[in-house]
Amino acid sequence: MFKKLTLSALTALALSAGAAMAAGDEGHVHDVDFSFEGPFGTYDQNQLQRGLQIYTEVCSACHGLQHVPIRTLSDEGGPHLPEDQVRAYASQFDIYDADLDDDRARIPADFFPSSSLSNAPDLSLMAKARAGFHGPMGTGISQFVNGIGGPEYIASILTGYTGEEKEQAGTTFYENTAFPGGWIAMAPPLYGEDVEFADGHSNELHHEAEDVASFLMWTAEPKMMARKQAGFVAVTFLFLLTVLLYLTNKKLWAPHKGKKFDL
Amino acid sequence: MSGIPHDHYEPKTGIEKWINGRLPIIGLVHSTLTAPTPKNLNWMWIWGIVLAFCLVLQIVTGIVLVMHYTPHVDLAFASVEHIMRDVNGGHMLRYLHANGASLFFIAVYLHIFRGLYYGSYKAPREITWIIGMLIYLLMMATGFLGYVLPWGQMSFWGATVITGLFGAIPFVGEALQTWLLGGPAVDNATLNRFFSLHYLLPFVIAGLVIVHIWAFHHTGNNNPTGVEVRRGSVKEAKKDTLPFWPYFVIKDLFALGVVLVAFFAVVGFMPNYLGHPDNYIPANPLATPSHIVPEWYYLPFYAILRAFTADVWAVQFASFITAGIVDAKFFGVLAMFGAIFVMALAPWLDTSSVRSGKYRPMFKWWFALLCVDFMVLMWVGARDTEFPHDWISLIGATYWFAYFLVILPLLGVFEKPLPLPATIEDDFVAHYPGAAKDSAE
Repeated sequence: MFKKLTLSALTALALSAGAAMAAGDEGHVHDVDFSFEGPFGTYDQNQLQRGLQIYTEVCSACHGLQHVPIRTLSDEGGPHLPEDQVRAYASQFDIYDADLDDDRARIPADFFPSSSLSNAPDLSLMAKARAGFHGPMGTGISQFVNGIGGPEYIASILTGYTGEEKEQAGTTFYENTAFPGGWIAMAPPLYGEDVEFADGHSNELHHEAEDVASFLMWTAEPKMMARKQAGFVAVTFLFLLTVLLYLTNKKLWAPHKGKKFDL
Repeated sequence: MSGIPHDHYEPKTGIEKWINGRLPIIGLVHSTLTAPTPKNLNWMWIWGIVLAFCLVLQIVTGIVLVMHYTPHVDLAFASVEHIMRDVNGGHMLRYLHANGASLFFIAVYLHIFRGLYYGSYKAPREITWIIGMLIYLLMMATGFLGYVLPWGQMSFWGATVITGLFGAIPFVGEALQTWLLGGPAVDNATLNRFFSLHYLLPFVIAGLVIVHIWAFHHTGNNNPTGVEVRRGSVKEAKKDTLPFWPYFVIKDLFALGVVLVAFFAVVGFMPNYLGHPDNYIPANPLATPSHIVPEWYYLPFYAILRAFTADVWAVQFASFITAGIVDAKFFGVLAMFGAIFVMALAPWLDTSSVRSGKYRPMFKWWFALLCVDFMVLMWVGARDTEFPHDWISLIGATYWFAYFLVILPLLGVFEKPLPLPATIEDDFVAHYPGAAKDSAE
């Protein structure tokens, strides 16, 4: 029976693996061993806070996070900032209030500001909207082994500048080994030592890139830790239920198959 | 309900008699639960219960998602993010619903290929098969409509491409496409009607599922031997069957448990694996994605659609004899729907007198090749159309049609089937020698 069951399961797996999507000329994305990978991976709270600092001091000059409510900065399973810090953080951004017909400081219930540059995409979901690992040959095996790859893509972009520039139709493009096509319109945002961390953590370029990529993974998937916990509980209980059903089934059928069943 | 002889329900207590005299519902439930079921069903007969579970899961999670979703082009994407971030358990609801669709299609493909291998479509189960094909078509429609609702890039461009297929129909195509979209292009009117239909169709599916079950309860289940249950008497039928409750309910629940362990692992640990990253980018009518890829479960038929380009001789021939009315695009659309249509015709295309593929030595290999063909088409459907992908999809699409239109009819003539077991009981005893004593009693 288990042979056939395994066969069915394998067929199901093979069917779902066909889901992998293809893509064209991709840049090179390197694998990063993020803390949130795998079924038991969690966000590193300190890393998210460092990432928030980099986002605020560098990225937010052009980009926005319009889907992320500021109050979620105090959520467990996220940066988990104290509420007074979140209030103070929110108040540094203004927002137009239709009731007052005037600008006012943001409160935690407001969202992060949206992008201030029209060609700077919103970063709320960037870590899920980009796939870092394609293939091989569109089979999805690489994604299955390495994870979805969005955060790796972000980290690779931030560290992938070669220093080459070119002008095309009045726009400057920067060569980037991770960007599809190789030339990106975004000027290198990080050079290393762009921010000073209060705890003295390393601010080398690749550390900064990984910190901000982690933070953007959190903005894209703020409920990841709750989800994995729910998944773990569901899998555990369903497994136990399945074992009981297996034994019930075996006992139930035993007399009709002329077998003995003793537990 | 069943055509297999079995013990009928007799109301005994006063209340049972009172109810049954007015509405024979207890008898209906009784005959459904005690339905005589071939005792040799193998593990490929569990996908029906998985499918029933999926339909309930999709309807329940869908109804709750609707409570928080806004069908408007400016608000839909943000309302999905609201579900993911603010609604209690919303991220689980949405991931269950999105991955539930994938489980639904994995199960339906295994269910269909089970039917193709064991000849479940053959007389007298043709209507069960046709209803099943209708359910499958409605599932495809529902899945497509639902994928549009988050209003991401793939939602928008997928809707543009798929409704464009209807635009390829000669003469009426353009008007039909405008009518489907509610305007000249995919826009708010499209989103609203897709939302409405996405809510409606699952209930149509539920209705057809009842007819599907009704039909196969009347004919009785097929089984791995394809040999019918003996119907001479209740006693004889009982040697070939066991009642649905508890034997198959418990077996099915165990199998469902195994499937759900895998399903919840996907939902909990890798919920975006089967989705396209571009759908996390809000729909932008001005920016076409470099590759528009449908959801994985459409890929085999998407590959068939794209296989027939203008340089294929069959397309040129069709175009020539119809004076250009059938162009490459329309040919592709016909091929895509035709691929499902020929599958629905399998009961009449398969000329073999033997039902189960187990006893058909040549058929086995052609069927295995069809399974490989399906997987290859699924893979190539997600690739670009450059060489060699164009050739692979053309060969794959050709084999799909050849299997149904040429191989199935010819096999019945040329193949020499193996001897069948006389009864289901014999087959069962061959598997479980200890069972012989039991049935002798």
